Amino acid sequence: MKTRWLRFSIPLAVVPVLLLLAYGFWTNPREIPSPLIGKPAAKFTLTSFAGDPVSLERYRGRVVMLNFWASWCRPACYEEAPVIERTWQAYRDKGVVVLGVDVQDQDEAARKFIEQFQHSFPNSPDPGGHVAVDYGVYGVPETFFIDRQGRVRFKQVGELTDAIARERLETLLAEKP
Amino acid sequence: MTPLLVAAAALVLLAGGPARAASPPAVNEETVHEIASQLRCVVCQSLSVADSPSETASQMRGIIRERLAAGETPAQVRDYFVDKYGPWILLSPPRRGFDLLVWVAPFLVLGIGLVMVALVVRRWRRAPSRVSPPALDSAVRERIRREMEELDR
Repeated sequence: MKTRWLRFSIPLAVVPVLLLLAYGFWTNPREIPSPLIGKPAAKFTLTSFAGDPVSLERYRGRVVMLNFWASWCRPACYEEAPVIERTWQAYRDKGVVVLGVDVQDQDEAARKFIEQFQHSFPNSPDPGGHVAVDYGVYGVPETFFIDRQGRVRFKQVGELTDAIARERLETLLAEKP
Repeated sequence: MTPLLVAAAALVLLAGGPARAASPPAVNEETVHEIASQLRCVVCQSLSVADSPSETASQMRGIIRERLAAGETPAQVRDYFVDKYGPWILLSPPRRGFDLLVWVAPFLVLGIGLVMVALVVRRWRRAPSRVSPPALDSAVRERIRREMEELDR
């Protein structure tokens, strides 16, 4: 009887460890779910590179695409920069606002980036990183989609593509105001 | 020259005045360090916000300082970061709910291991007693005795 118990005890100890290992291998260590999804988006007021105040509160009732970027973020920020401007141009008349937040950057380099990609939506530096931490940003680029009620609905970690931007915005625009 | 001096003095006052007024009240740096050492640096590998030289960690330390200066308790500051990043941000998982398993499991596994070792050792110690030597019949006994006697001579 005891021998049988001991024989079972080995798989009993090994199987949970193997399952845990398998789970670890199958999960993406970079994919950390944001606790902000579904919660009200943190309010902020920044001053854009153009010198205008940029307040999230002002855009309540509109769908907001909030993009965190930096001029030192290569190549992802450079690859998605045209996508952001294209999205802004395609959706600006449909009730969507695109806002850029520049993280831990040099003023001159950031302005050069904006000029290079001819970004025409408001872009603001984030001194002290308050807005980035308020949005639980790990690194750049990260893009948040905020619905008309001012709740964070989607988070894109890494480069944004036209398809993802379109899908997210269409979903939020399709919802009743 | 005088108007220039007046202008310079006014500039100094203007620049210094608001800066002084905006400077936060003194915060205990040990408390800042203590909170920072419990938070994971989000851009590093296994480094705390206190230990990381990255700019992100530096900004996070700044935010800790500001929040303490605004009158928040260390627990409230910690909770702010957990709200934004989830419990992942804590280097030590909280001792409640599912995370409690991380604290309990090692002791549980150690306990099970010790019990198993004890069981195995007990079996080993018992094992020799089970294999008793074959019983000798009187004829063999008598033969051994005789042969021993012959050897002694």
